[in-house]
Amino acid sequence: MNILVCIKQVPDIEKIKVDSAKKVMIMDGVPNIVNQYDTYALETAVRIKDADPSTKVVVVTMGPAQTKDALKHCLSVGADKAYMVCDDTLTDSDTLATSYVLSAAAKAIEEREGQPFDLIFCGKQAADGDTGHVGPQLAEYLNYPQITAAMEVTVEGGKIKANCQSDDGINVISAQLPVVVTMSQTPYEPRYASVKTKMAANRAEIPVLTAADLGLDAAKAGQGGSPTKVVKTYVPERKKGGVKIEEETAEESVAKLVALLSDAGVI
Amino acid sequence: MFFNEDHNDIRALAREFAEKELAPIAQEIDQKDEIPQRVYDMMAEMGFFGLKIPEEYGGMGLDTRSYVCVMEEICKVSIACSLVMSSCNSLSTAPILLAGTEEQKKKYIPKICSGEEFMAFGLTEPGAGSDAGAMTTRAVEDGDSYIINGRKCFITGAPFAKNTIIFAKTSPEKGAKGITSFIVDMSLPGVSLGKNEEKMGLHGVATSDIVLEDVRVPKECILGEVDKGFITAMKTLNTGRIGVSCQGIGVAQGAMDLAVAYMQERKQFGQRLADFQGLRFMIADMEAKLNAARLLVYNAAYLMDMKQDVTKEASMAKYYATETALEIVSKALQVFGGYGYIKEYPIERLYRDARVLTIFEGTSQVQQMVIASQVLGK
Repeated sequence: MNILVCIKQVPDIEKIKVDSAKKVMIMDGVPNIVNQYDTYALETAVRIKDADPSTKVVVVTMGPAQTKDALKHCLSVGADKAYMVCDDTLTDSDTLATSYVLSAAAKAIEEREGQPFDLIFCGKQAADGDTGHVGPQLAEYLNYPQITAAMEVTVEGGKIKANCQSDDGINVISAQLPVVVTMSQTPYEPRYASVKTKMAANRAEIPVLTAADLGLDAAKAGQGGSPTKVVKTYVPERKKGGVKIEEETAEESVAKLVALLSDAGVI
Repeated sequence: MFFNEDHNDIRALAREFAEKELAPIAQEIDQKDEIPQRVYDMMAEMGFFGLKIPEEYGGMGLDTRSYVCVMEEICKVSIACSLVMSSCNSLSTAPILLAGTEEQKKKYIPKICSGEEFMAFGLTEPGAGSDAGAMTTRAVEDGDSYIINGRKCFITGAPFAKNTIIFAKTSPEKGAKGITSFIVDMSLPGVSLGKNEEKMGLHGVATSDIVLEDVRVPKECILGEVDKGFITAMKTLNTGRIGVSCQGIGVAQGAMDLAVAYMQERKQFGQRLADFQGLRFMIADMEAKLNAARLLVYNAAYLMDMKQDVTKEASMAKYYATETALEIVSKALQVFGGYGYIKEYPIERLYRDARVLTIFEGTSQVQQMVIASQVLGK
């Protein structure tokens, strides 16, 4: 089994403070971590490796030079190899451009490792953008089936079965490999590194892939290749508290509600 | 200045572990007087029990500063949870590494690092504390064995130890120069335990007496040379001092963090505690002293890693860091006012836990003796 896990380095949102006067987030001194859903994705991949030691887990990320720290973390908690896609021309890529770059990276890594990926994991969304676009778009670019918001997976006989979170309960979905799976929170927590694996990760070589290495079409990557335009970023106004109607009986509550709506000219 | 990237990563790993795994249960450990086995299993798996132990004996082969980073982070949250780890890296293994045969090292140390077998350190006796050389436990040669009789007290981890390093007089007429160290299997006939001591703090790690009555110990369990055990004990305690000094700066930082957060929240007389100048002076003092203590600890660890004699530096670190810790923890509790005196608030536990630091592994007064003799001569 050959698995690719796509991860993203994000600010540790628990450590972000908000300047309530200026209505801005204070990002200074906020550490960067691996996006939490991506850590569930990696842990799921490493658990597949635990069960079948012939499995190889490769992680990839796209980002600036500092994302190397995120990859080192992944190596310390079970990934066998890490690749970093880093190129100035990719700055300000939106989710579509990012998905395109990652699909090209997946193909390039398959070639370098000499083995196609059977499974590609992503976190279901990132803590900073929260779009949830990249996994599904990556599946489209690769022309693979996709399973989103999985909580647990089992792989057997060239097929995957996943329990997926939905508003109505849990959907059990199965698909043929290769497949792209985006992971939600798992019932298990990601493992800790040990001192030994941490040291080994610090010494691991992390190959860097550039736009040229991936043979990218410049029109589809970076700011120029990004159809998304951010018009405005703002802190939403806090809604005023509503009215709570809690009379002795349901009839009294309805009567009060009707009176209130009538007074307001709504009905 | 003192730390490289590896040190910082090890510290981050220990901090994550302490914050996620220990902080939520630290109060419960204190109340129930029990550390869950899971905590020890995780610490062993992460490599914390063998940080300073050479790799050929199952350790990580890292330096003293790596050990300092882990100890400090764990002790910010719970000194109790650092005790077994500290022992494995120091009191349990240093005597074997210093004086043991290759066979003994291979037999005992890997299982200490993996957490399979705890080794206790039995030096102190009811009548021989700081004056360890005054011990009365006797070991008498008898064929291919020694027969040991005596009583050791305040032995950390004795109730769950597989073996204990016991110091006993083989040549009583020679005083401290007639002491030999033995690795004693706790299941041997004649070995028994006193009651678990009810300690003021550090709940969760049992401490008791070890009673030795005609315990027949084979000669292959002698650690080092006959009559040279006291040197092993003193050298071991020298290395142990840095560990206790880390407990001091760790708990002091933990107390500072609690006090600072409380001062920014709590209001009296219409303003936050953090806005009272008198309390600001107090926090400034605490912060300055804590940083001075920390530099003494880091300096001693660094010099030890540079293979220099750190007798004075380690004693200064232990003396100053633990005395300062008591002062800081006490002042932090003062910030909490009446709440600080209530068990529901962690500062109460930190205050009790910290109290032993100026006592065990060489009292402050013994450290002063060491420092003074380095300055003035004996």
